[in-house]
This record gives sequence, C-alpha cells and structure tokens, in this order.
Amino acid sequence: MTVLNVNGKQHEVDADPRTPLLYVLRNDLALNAAKFGCGLGQCGACTVLVDHNPVFSCVTPIAALEGRYIRTVEDLGSTDKPGPVQRAFIEEQAAQCGYCIPGMMMRAQALLEKNAAPSDAQIREAMAPNLCRCGTQMRILRAVHRAAKLMTVELNEPREVKG
Amino acid sequence: MLGRTLLGLAIALILAFGAFFAWQWRGELAPTSTSAHAFDPGIVTKGAQLAAIGECAVCHTRAGGKSFAGGFPVQTPFGVVYGTNITPDRDTGIGAWSEEAFRRAMREGVARDGTHLYPAFPYDHFTKLTDGDISALYAFLMTRAPVAQANRQPQLDFPLNFRIFAAGWQLLFLTKGPYRNDPSQNATWNRGAYLVEGVGHCGACHTPRNALGAERPKEAFGGGVSEGWDAPALNASSPAPVPWTADQLTAYLKTGFADQHGIASGPMHPVVANLAKASDADVRAIATYVASFIGPRNAADRQRQTEASLAFAKQRAVSVSDLARTTTGVAPADDRSAGGVLFAGACANCHRSGGGLPASRPIALALSTPVNSSDPTNLLRIIADGIHPAPGKSGPIMPGFSGALTDPQIVALADYVRAHYSRGQAWPNIAATLAAIRSNPTPAMEAP
Repeated sequence: MTVLNVNGKQHEVDADPRTPLLYVLRNDLALNAAKFGCGLGQCGACTVLVDHNPVFSCVTPIAALEGRYIRTVEDLGSTDKPGPVQRAFIEEQAAQCGYCIPGMMMRAQALLEKNAAPSDAQIREAMAPNLCRCGTQMRILRAVHRAAKLMTVELNEPREVKG
Repeated sequence: MLGRTLLGLAIALILAFGAFFAWQWRGELAPTSTSAHAFDPGIVTKGAQLAAIGECAVCHTRAGGKSFAGGFPVQTPFGVVYGTNITPDRDTGIGAWSEEAFRRAMREGVARDGTHLYPAFPYDHFTKLTDGDISALYAFLMTRAPVAQANRQPQLDFPLNFRIFAAGWQLLFLTKGPYRNDPSQNATWNRGAYLVEGVGHCGACHTPRNALGAERPKEAFGGGVSEGWDAPALNASSPAPVPWTADQLTAYLKTGFADQHGIASGPMHPVVANLAKASDADVRAIATYVASFIGPRNAADRQRQTEASLAFAKQRAVSVSDLARTTTGVAPADDRSAGGVLFAGACANCHRSGGGLPASRPIALALSTPVNSSDPTNLLRIIADGIHPAPGKSGPIMPGFSGALTDPQIVALADYVRAHYSRGQAWPNIAATLAAIRSNPTPAMEAP
C-alpha cells in the first residue's frame, strides 16, 4: 500500500510500487487531466507537479512519491471556477486538439510560482520539454504571459473580510 | 658574517628576480592600421575547420551570446577565467592584432599589449601548431563579424591575479615549438597526433594536472575534470567496457554516437558538435592516434575484454519479463531493492533491450562508460539533469530526474545501476559526490 498526497488529499493506493504515477492518477484516482503521450518522458503530456517541480508522471514510479506533494490540473481550478492559468489558456484559445495542454498548464504553473513575470526567453526555456504537435506554441506563449498577469492581479485584489 | 650571507642572498634574489623580469618582459606589438584584411577563401575554410577541431567557440562564447565574443566562465582550481572576445572588433576584440601578435599569443601565451595570458588559454598545446595553420586560424577569426563586447576580468585568488605569475608558469611548464612528426608512425597517426596534441588540446581535460595547474606529462590522458564532469582516461586505464577502436572513435567524434559506447554528453557534446564540421580525414586521424594508446595494449587482451563485456551486457539486459500492472513497469522480477524499484518505474522502459524509444535508442547500460567509471560523477549528472540537444537542434533526449526523484533516491538508483550494470566495485561515495555536484552547478547553466 502506497500513500500518496494528491492535490492535498491522502490516497491509499494498492498498486505495484514500480508503477508510474500517471497510471495511478488515471486508473485508480480518476484524475484524468494528465495524459499518456509517449510513456517515455519525451513529450510532456503527462506533466504534473511534485513538490512544486514539473515532472513527467509517466516515468516517475509511485515508490518515489510517498510523503511528497503531487498536484495535477484538477488542483488549478474547475470548469465553473477556472484558475488563472486555466483562464489564460481559455482566453488565448491556446488549445487546438488540447492533448498537450494539461501538461503545458502544469509546467506554466511551476514556472509562474517561481517567477511571477517571466520574459519571453524564460518562458520558452521553461516550456521547452513539452511538445505540441498542433503548432499552437505561439498561443501557449501568449497564454503564459496572460496567466502571469492574471495571477498578479488576483494577488492584488482586495480580499473579502469575513466577520 | 650572517649579515654578509643575508646581504648576498638578498642580492642574489634581486638579481634572479631582475633576470626573470627581463626574461618575461614582452613589448606591445603595434596595432594594425586597418581592420580591412583580404584573405584567400581557401585559407579561411581551412581556418574554420581548425577552429572547429580546437573548439575555440566553446570557451570564447558565453551562453546565449554571440560566437567568439567571449564571456564563457572557465572554472579552474584557482578561480574563474573568462574566455575573451576574439572577434575582429578593434576595441574589445582582436581587430587591432597583427598576425604576428596572434602568432605570439598562440605560441607564447602573450597578448598583443605584452601581458601574459593565463594558461586557461591552452597555449601549451597551441604552441605546437604550424605557421600555416596559425595563419589560417587568424584568417578565419579576422573574417568573422566584429562584436563589441567588453572582456570580463579573471577572478583569481590573490596573488595569482598578478599576471607575472602567468609568466612564471610559462617558464616552468611551457615548451615552445611546433609538433615534430614521429618517423616510426604513418602519416594518418602523425596527423592525428598533431591535431590532438595541438589545436584539439584533448589533454587539457583528459590529462590530470599538478598543483600548479599544469598537465602531468607522465600521466598523459590519465583522466581529468572538465566543467564539473569527469573527463575519462584515454590511456590504458580507460574505463570503457569494450575497448575503443578507431572505427568506434570515428563514429563517436563525428556523429556523437558509437554503438558500443553510447552518446556524447556533458562537455563532450559541444566537442562532437564542432567536430561534425571537421573533415572526415581529420576525424579519422584523431581516432587513429587515440586508438593507438587507449585501453589494453595487446590485441589478445582487447579481444578478451571485448567478448567479456559484450557477454556481460547480454546477460544483464532487461527484457519484458515482468509486466508490473501496466505495460511500463519493466524490471527483473526479483529485484525489490529501493534502487531496483526506481529503475523499473523510471528507467527500464527506455533502457531495456529493444526499449521503447523509436529513435536514438540507448545502448546497453553495461557498455556505458559513466556506469563503469571509478567515479560516479557523470552518471549522477546524467540522471539528475538528463541529456538534451543544443537549443534549436535535434538529438537524443533523456529527461533529468532531479525534480521527480529526491537526492537519496538518485543515490539509491545510481547504486543499483552500478551494482547491476558494472563488474566494477560499488561506489563508496555516491551521496558525497551528488552533494558536491549540487553545490557546484555547471557553468553552462549561467543565464545569458
């Protein structure tokens, strides 16, 4: 039994510890955002965050992940309340077929958590491991810039004070 | 009496220093009156090939910077020396250098203005170049686009920041003069020796250095360090499981891949990228020369080691014998060690026989030099950072596992790979080596 912390929830997973995380997310936890692309750590469709770093979940065995903090697109927001990265990708219409987009969003999220206002070159460098075969790279680039602005605005918005 | 001895000693010291000072003194050579040069295109092409073999662009270009405009930080045990601007810009580059000044720098390690150059610039090798080849390099550099980019001063520990110490180093360690052919060897071997010992300066990384940073001639090609990577021995103590042949070396140096040794990575990656521009004959000559001293000396030993290594690789090959619960959990069914489990989930899908990568399939790990070296540095760097082609270029990709695996997990994995894929002893110092790597990121990562 392996205990995984995914999106802030503890899950007891009954799977071979050698199993890559991607299969556990999709087959056991019904978290279907991360996609199987190549299964070889070459394309990035399966990208999730582990302890705030983007990793290829298709080549990361769950044995490596006990006690670590795993996040998927499901953590960024919902259909009703999309998070800033999701809103930015929708507003820029960054998806064509959309298969690479969950991985792109997670990698963008990781970048923006470390660098609130990345330059074009920094975005290109950070996003380089993730491939898009449709050719929407320019829209993705714009979406990451937009997400950076949305995140900053959100941080500066006055908060509701309950009391 | 004592006073007299001391006085005598003092006078002797002053005289010796005076003699040294006079010896080391080099005047400024006059700047050229114009930057306009006319060169034969054939000579420029020859210079381009020599510059590729000499990897000039590697140390004379900073990450993301303009070619030959300088700024790359060369790490030495004494501090950092930055590659200088060698574009023909008159103010910041070598645009005002005459060919005579350029030749003096290559042969003697002295800049046009008479200052002594630190031996991070490998003039102990370049001194072996022929006049014709130095002229060709000069023609090549003087026909590049000038780039105005100021040089960065070296950051060396006191007192080495005084350039007179470079002159002292030259007195001790610089043997001037062009390469002399060995008449007992054929023309290809001699061409290779000339290129390797001269412009190629392979020993600058692959030969161990003494306390003053000079190569130890008696331990030529005994292995050294380069940019935080282990530069493996190229002599009889080469760690390659299958002894290198001239054919394998030619393939490796020309294409970056040899099917019994794997792909070039780390600081060898730019080297092979540059050698792709050299002529086939020159790469073959380099391979011929290196093959004449790498690995076991006698043919029967080489044969035996080749057969034993290939048999071991076959025995240790991972096959699809145990499908965990998906198609990707591939590993020897019995191995439940921490490292074995990580290997199965993270590595086996590519590193198994007939592995999943459609192109650029990795070789058997048992044939890999990093796995079989006495030092875990290179394997750890590859696991941590992966293998990537140059920006904008195609090539094999291995993802880095630094984010996915914690450092103790990387240590367990490296330990497993060593135990499973090498007949060498277990590495005793993997965790300490990884800690050292973490505290010394590679200079190539410096932001532009």
